Amino acid sequence: MFKGIIVLLAGIWLIASPAPAQERPEPTVIGAAVLRVDRPGLPPISRLELPAEDLGFAGARLAIEDNDTTGRFMGQDFEAEEVVATPETAVEELERLIGEGVAFIVVLADDETMLALADQAGDRAMLFNAAARGDNLRGVDCRANTIHVAPSHAMLADGLAQFLMWKNWPRWFLIEGSHPEDAAFAAALKRSAVKFGARIVEERVYEDTGGARRTDSGHVQVQRQMPVFTQRAPGHDVVVAADEADVFAAYLPYQTWDPRPVTGSAGLVPRTWHPAMEAWGATQFQNRFEELANRPMREEDYQTWLALRMIGEAATRSQSADPEVLKEFMLSENFEVAGFKGQKLTMRDWDHQLRQPILLTTGLLLASVSPQEQYLHRISQLDTLGIDRPETECEFREPT
Amino acid sequence: MKHILTLALCLAATPVLANRVFVSNEKGNDVTVLDSETLEVIGTYPVGNRPRGITISPDGKELYVCASDDDLVRVFDPETMQELHTLPSGPDPELFVLHPSGNPLYIANEDDNLVTVVDTETHQVLAEIPVGVEPEGMGISPDGKVVINTSETTNMAHFIDSETFEIFANVLVDSRPRFAEYNHDGSKLYVSAEIGGTVSVIDPQAQEIVHKINFEIPGVLPEAIQPVGVRVTSDGKKVFVALGPSNRVAVIDGETDEVLDYLLVGQRVWQMAFTPDEKYLFTTNGNSNDVSVIDVEATEVVKSVPVGQQPWGVVVAPE
Repeated sequence: MFKGIIVLLAGIWLIASPAPAQERPEPTVIGAAVLRVDRPGLPPISRLELPAEDLGFAGARLAIEDNDTTGRFMGQDFEAEEVVATPETAVEELERLIGEGVAFIVVLADDETMLALADQAGDRAMLFNAAARGDNLRGVDCRANTIHVAPSHAMLADGLAQFLMWKNWPRWFLIEGSHPEDAAFAAALKRSAVKFGARIVEERVYEDTGGARRTDSGHVQVQRQMPVFTQRAPGHDVVVAADEADVFAAYLPYQTWDPRPVTGSAGLVPRTWHPAMEAWGATQFQNRFEELANRPMREEDYQTWLALRMIGEAATRSQSADPEVLKEFMLSENFEVAGFKGQKLTMRDWDHQLRQPILLTTGLLLASVSPQEQYLHRISQLDTLGIDRPETECEFREPT
Repeated sequence: MKHILTLALCLAATPVLANRVFVSNEKGNDVTVLDSETLEVIGTYPVGNRPRGITISPDGKELYVCASDDDLVRVFDPETMQELHTLPSGPDPELFVLHPSGNPLYIANEDDNLVTVVDTETHQVLAEIPVGVEPEGMGISPDGKVVINTSETTNMAHFIDSETFEIFANVLVDSRPRFAEYNHDGSKLYVSAEIGGTVSVIDPQAQEIVHKINFEIPGVLPEAIQPVGVRVTSDGKKVFVALGPSNRVAVIDGETDEVLDYLLVGQRVWQMAFTPDEKYLFTTNGNSNDVSVIDVEATEVVKSVPVGQQPWGVVVAPE
């Protein structure tokens, strides 16, 4: 039912999109879809982080508006069907979209579902990963039919590590959650520590034992538990939290035993986007999004916007609507796209990861942007973030 | 009586007026006025919220400021810096260009994908022209017949007929085109691309790119080279390109399109303006909150002058 409404709304919106200013030949349609796979789970720790119903889709709508404005001058018309699925129905929905002839599908899903969908799609569609951060998806489990617009854990961890080293805070107290995605992010943080010369003085696991989150007097428990949990750690400069499951990290700032800054999954957080970003022309981008969605932009929206903008940019530059032409161009070294990050974003050919700066954000503001200027690279400074060509474990095979 | 006094003041002030340099300070919400000979600050005046684009009428009597967050163009007496009136601009005006005759004014509305045309005498909106996403750069041909708008996310230079207000050609350029500037005989159009890192040299008759200027500065990361403002000397021989966070202004041979030199200026240099005699070129340096003064003949930076918060645009009063 819900999905039905969303598809219907998308249809109305498409009809309402601005008509060409002058009479022109019938535009060529370039179709795509956004498939969001919602996993049932607990609400986030902070109610400010409750996901909007149009999470990701609002970014898609802005991208289609942007693409269509340019498309008016090129005789191109862009569309993106919006689909909500569960992990159980995701494959079925993917099949339906492929059956409709959709060649480009932006996927917002967890690592496992993302990989399953890539294998299911094979060479019948190009997928854009706009949410899953697992390094394995860009490494041993890489797939030639997937472009990663979302940053990898390794990129996020390296972005944070560069800043912490610049601050001269090399002693890290690593606290990781007990979920697999927490362990994956923690592994990336450990790799970053080695790469940039930080030292992890202690690792602790915060077990998710369930229990009442956000109850009436939850803060009383937090105020007692967090100092106790963090006491007697060896001397450290910062706490680095790996809590992708959103179980404990948000409780850490101001509650640690030692007065140390919290980074990672709370405190200073590496991200692709933040609604307070104003640099590099982002103000007008935020304004346009907020006017359209009536809420601030989230990372999922930014990543979906960027994926669809890549398709738009490829269509404009190649002056083609042929999915094969667009695919080849997007994966070529000539491809570049602007994403309000102060520099062109390009594709890594060894794992199909989009290169991009990582924002380091506090609650209300942007604190810094990595790569930090001191970290140089002979090809692209952006390759100081994440898995570089010589280290990659990705070997593209023909899709099965 | 008061009118006569004002008139007398204006007449007396004319020679001084020719030497005034106006710098819009985006975060300071004001304009810093400099003397182009002494290079001293004359004063700082409030001009509304988020002032960016700034220009002056050919007769030097009206100073126009895009007050982006007020969704207005504010018009000031350049001598007294008192507001005379406002012009409707459409939402979020960023940059504009005045017809060589002084009327109308063509304004880029960054948030609304429009160019708004406003009559500077009747204060009426003459047209709203739909363009690409995030219109910014505005240029006009020396004969006043063609208006150029660049759209930052669409990545095009749109050629607009200045009388019919119709787009008649679009030229795809590199990422984030910020500025469009003709040379004085109208034979070349320069369009800068901030993220692409290039300046496209366009043949305006054929509406085709004839050359792309690339920049390379030893010891500066390529990502930091972000071309924005462009100015051409009236003889067409020297082209100056502001290169944003690389803190350099490139000097280009206007005939061969070769880069001749890079001049070190303040931080995040965006816009530039010549004095009418082209002795000096002023640059706005948004991150160091100052203006660099370039000696055009010697192609040397001779001075930097502190101005307000985040200087954005600059214009010099005509003779």
